[in-house]
Amino acid sequence: MVPTNYYIILSAILFGLGVLAFVFKRNIITIFMSIELMLNAVNLAFVAFSQALGKLDGQVFVLFVIVVAAAEAAVGLGIIILIARNRQTLNVERVDLMKL
Amino acid sequence: MLMRPMLEYLWIVPLLPLLGSAINGFFGAKWPNKIVNWVALGSTGLSFACALEAVREFLESGQVLFHKAFFTWISAGNFRAGFDLQMDQLTVVMALVVTGVGWLIHIYATGYMAHEGGYYRFFSYLNLFMFFMLILVLAANYVLLFVGWEGVGLASYLLIGFYFLRKSASDAGKKAFIVNRIGDFGFMLGMFLLFRTFHTLDFTALFRAASNPGWGPESWGQFGTFTVACLLLFMGACGKSAQLPLYVWLPDAMEGPTPVSALIHAATMVTAGVYVVARSHVLFTHSETALVVVAIVGCATAFFAATIGLVQTDIKKVLAYSTVSQLGYMFLACGVGAFSAGIFHLMTHAFFKALLFLAAGSVIHAMGGEQDMRHMGGLGKMIRWTYGTMLVATFTIAGIPMFAGFFSKDAILFAAFQSEHGGRVLYAFGLLTALLTSFYMFRLIFLTFAGKPRFDGHKVHVHESPWSMLGPLVVLAVLSTVGGWFAVPAFFHGPDYFASFLAPVFGGGEAAVAAGEAAIHEMELVLAGVAVVTALIGLGIASWLYLKRPEKADGLAKSLAPAYRTLLNKYYVDELYATVIVKPLLWISTNVLWKIADVAAIDGAVNGIADGATGIGDLVRRTQSGNTRSYAVWVVIGALVVITVIFFWPGAGKPVLGWVR
Repeated sequence: MVPTNYYIILSAILFGLGVLAFVFKRNIITIFMSIELMLNAVNLAFVAFSQALGKLDGQVFVLFVIVVAAAEAAVGLGIIILIARNRQTLNVERVDLMKL
Repeated sequence: MLMRPMLEYLWIVPLLPLLGSAINGFFGAKWPNKIVNWVALGSTGLSFACALEAVREFLESGQVLFHKAFFTWISAGNFRAGFDLQMDQLTVVMALVVTGVGWLIHIYATGYMAHEGGYYRFFSYLNLFMFFMLILVLAANYVLLFVGWEGVGLASYLLIGFYFLRKSASDAGKKAFIVNRIGDFGFMLGMFLLFRTFHTLDFTALFRAASNPGWGPESWGQFGTFTVACLLLFMGACGKSAQLPLYVWLPDAMEGPTPVSALIHAATMVTAGVYVVARSHVLFTHSETALVVVAIVGCATAFFAATIGLVQTDIKKVLAYSTVSQLGYMFLACGVGAFSAGIFHLMTHAFFKALLFLAAGSVIHAMGGEQDMRHMGGLGKMIRWTYGTMLVATFTIAGIPMFAGFFSKDAILFAAFQSEHGGRVLYAFGLLTALLTSFYMFRLIFLTFAGKPRFDGHKVHVHESPWSMLGPLVVLAVLSTVGGWFAVPAFFHGPDYFASFLAPVFGGGEAAVAAGEAAIHEMELVLAGVAVVTALIGLGIASWLYLKRPEKADGLAKSLAPAYRTLLNKYYVDELYATVIVKPLLWISTNVLWKIADVAAIDGAVNGIADGATGIGDLVRRTQSGNTRSYAVWVVIGALVVITVIFFWPGAGKPVLGWVR
């Protein structure tokens, strides 16, 4: 059996990669994907702990997260399409109407 | 049906002038003079009629004191100040003088001000003054009296500065207001002290408590509360009644129109101080020290102002200093305990000084605005009515027998002579003042009306004033003549109506002065003779210097140049005040209060806080870059901070948030 630590470490690495991509990437779709990556890193941690502790709570949480992520993807992609239509770009640096 | 309708509705008497003032003030601007006249004269005339009726009802009832509380004005803890009016014999005299003389002067003013701008404004102020003065004399407690006291100060300020475009006039108004405020400060402290001691400011209750034998002078000591309270009240009286050292505003107040000088600065308002001292006589008689101070200040002012009056060349300035001097006489009378003599002089003075000012106004009117007596002369034949009435007033003030001033001044001098506290000195100065008074008044008459005209007859068209002005002059001349017969002293075997009339107010202490032995009457006769001789000497000197040998007057002025210059410059008192008080105050105001306290401290604090807020905002604003990725970084940093706090804060491991185990 794979020790829980391994799952946790993998989860942390995935989460870290997600954060880095979230901060440094310019393409909105990439940023969106990095958010999904972070969500799934968390999901991995949830199921790992659920397995280790022998409780079902973690699994239930994961189902919730997947549902929310799906909804978020629907809304988020809608926004992205609007941005792309209005600005002909997906570069987040260009979305700066609020800039001083 | 009310038995005494007017007394029961006494508040109508002061209310009428207030209504007149409000109507004229709010709506008069567009009205022709005639309607303004109707409102102003109607309201004051009705007020006079109502006052007469109230007085009649009061005297008929034979009461000693009529007191009626109309409504409670201030009620806080055990302090109560009500809109309470009262009437006793002292009020009778004051109310009739105020409304009667005030009404005459209103009539006069319709003629005098006919061609002036701001006609409605003038009468609105004049009526306002009447209202406050009536509140002052009818008030039944010190607080309400103080309302009238401040109100007449306000009216005085407005009227002195009536020609507010002229800087000297607006300055004079401010000066009057500020100098009065110094006195009012003392007056208020006096009120506070009285309230602290007696827990009431109602005249009746206060004086009853004060005359309680247990509160006699013995238990208070010579410098006890009575002395302090009386001196503080007297300080207020000094300001309002233009006594040393607060008299400086009154001569400057001549910047106002002449009817104002007559009404406010001669006949009524300036007598408020005398009235307060007389009204508080119960307190003053408890304190010998206070009485002596009052007598000395009064006597000194009388003499001091009379000397300045000797050399003034402006016809109104002479009368102004004469007013200060005569007010000094009144305080002298109060100071030696002869309150009824003081009030008697107040009344006769109201008649003859109003007459003098109004006649002077008529002269100025005739001369087309000229006030300098050096440019007059020979007017006697051209304006006979003015000349005649002014001559009557001059006889009265100089103390020529059978005119009113003779009786009132004589009563004061006699009382001073009898006084136990340095009476002879007071009498000597009083007599000397009488000599000076006689001199400067006849000097005024001779310079103005006698001799040859010293003006260009082609440029100045001397004309007699209209009857709206002469009428009041004649009435006042009659009053100045017969007004004295109310109090024919005992040595003429005449009943002293006035003193016995006021006896219920001033009580027994007064009577001791008034009633005396036959020997004292002989003494009084002698003193009266001396006074008459003094007045005649003054007349003689004036006629010699200004009628027979006019060149001598200039020679005398030259040979006594230093003294003459000192008098002409009013003893340099204004300059002294300017150096000692005004300039340092101005310096402190500019350099400390303005530049340090206001600009540096207050403005600095306010601006500093505002600048600080802007600066912090400037810093914080940078976080709102508008750049989406920077927000992303902030989100990550925030998350890191939260995680760090949860796991690495001292005491980590213990649950920071309930669900972290």
